[in-house]
Amino acid sequence: MGLELYLDLLSQPCRAVYIFAKKNRIPFEFKHVELFKGQQFTEEFKKVNMLKKVPALKDGPFLLAESTAILLYLSRKYNTPDHWYPSDIEARARVDEYLSWHHTNIRANAPKTMWIKVLIPLLTGQSLPPEKLQEVMEGLATSLKQFEEKFLQDKPFIVGSEISLADLVAIVELMQPVAVGCDVFEDRPKLAEWRNRVEEAVGEELFQQAHELILNIKELSNIQVDPRLKEQLTPVLLKMLK
Amino acid sequence: MVVELYLDLLCQPCRSVYIFAKKNNIPFEFKHVELLKGEHLCEEFDKVNLLRKVPALRDGNFTLAESIAILLYLSRKFNTPDHWYPSDVQKRARVDEYLSWQHTAIRAQGCNFYRTKVLMPLLVGKPFPAERLERAVEDLKSTMKQFEEKFLQDKPFIVGSEISLADLMAIAELMQALGAGWDVFEGRPKLTEWRHRVEEAIGKELFREAHEVKRDGAKMFVDAPNETQRLTWC
Repeated sequence: MGLELYLDLLSQPCRAVYIFAKKNRIPFEFKHVELFKGQQFTEEFKKVNMLKKVPALKDGPFLLAESTAILLYLSRKYNTPDHWYPSDIEARARVDEYLSWHHTNIRANAPKTMWIKVLIPLLTGQSLPPEKLQEVMEGLATSLKQFEEKFLQDKPFIVGSEISLADLVAIVELMQPVAVGCDVFEDRPKLAEWRNRVEEAVGEELFQQAHELILNIKELSNIQVDPRLKEQLTPVLLKMLK
Repeated sequence: MVVELYLDLLCQPCRSVYIFAKKNNIPFEFKHVELLKGEHLCEEFDKVNLLRKVPALRDGNFTLAESIAILLYLSRKFNTPDHWYPSDVQKRARVDEYLSWQHTAIRAQGCNFYRTKVLMPLLVGKPFPAERLERAVEDLKSTMKQFEEKFLQDKPFIVGSEISLADLMAIAELMQALGAGWDVFEGRPKLTEWRHRVEEAIGKELFREAHEVKRDGAKMFVDAPNETQRLTWC
């Protein structure tokens, strides 16, 4: 039995894992877990990840959750090129530093655009006032400012001259607002150039393939959201509505 | 030049870094960044960490933020015992898994609880809104349930039979709640036993030393001169 990756490409961390595996020609079986259909709540999937989230990995009897852990595991098991997670102790620390900061900054703010533009209208049938989006964009702008000043600076990539896991994890997250019409790269030339470099390093075709679903999110606007997903999302929804 | 660790032991990740360095006899200079005095906001500290947070590390010309990055850097540079970050690919993945999850789980809910129970009331000068505290408590309880069911299970430590960076990060967060007056271990025998094992693995004396400051945290907060400084703390 080979490697199984449980993914929904609507999810940012899933895209990072997908791109990484594909780019490095890691053989895997794509197990589609359709989030909107509530497939993360099935008994079967709970056996793979009791946290009921994607991405998840199954490698024989070994199960693993959390995209950072999955990316690192794959990089080690399949001995991927050094630039992804450099063996140089300081360069590696820089990747770790970004991967850690990412969770409560870029990853905390970027997805809110999806909430405001897509999920809340989908779940409640109502749109939020424009001030709410403004608030979210301001939060994201703060994270982006730190991203540019502390992590990217004047370098081609976050860690020196080649793409690493840090860039991969960042780019997929920032494509989420782009997909819902909040182009964070507009008016940010340095960031836009970095994006182009990352896309090129990943490969245009693979990048587009990974983002096809999210870039066509509007087609999902009439989808029926599984009630278990609604229930899971309600606490976040309530927080967003405040 | 010896490694400089910029720390305030009021802060959970700082305690994890402190304990790790001390336990492994890593020579370092303790650079006290007093959060309540806003020392993390001054220009001099910006040169160490532009993100204005602790912990931070300076090793010659190399500066580093984020406790996980710092712990991993120290473990590699000083070649610490394998159990902290096992070389076995699967065990290592388990540590990574916990360290990733905890950001938006134990750490997030723990900080939220501490802010709601201790910081906010002191800041606004009146008792905490009961409903908000109740929600913070429920959120932390829910996350602790996941911690026990998914990460700890029936094992002595998060990753098998020895303490790792995962346990070290977890214990510091749970001690914060304790410091805020809620004994999160009460009524949770498995968690209590795990706590004792972690304390023993670290060494009771070092554990106590790292957590001493916590007790006086609330009092120190009251005396902090500047509101902005307080708000940027956690």
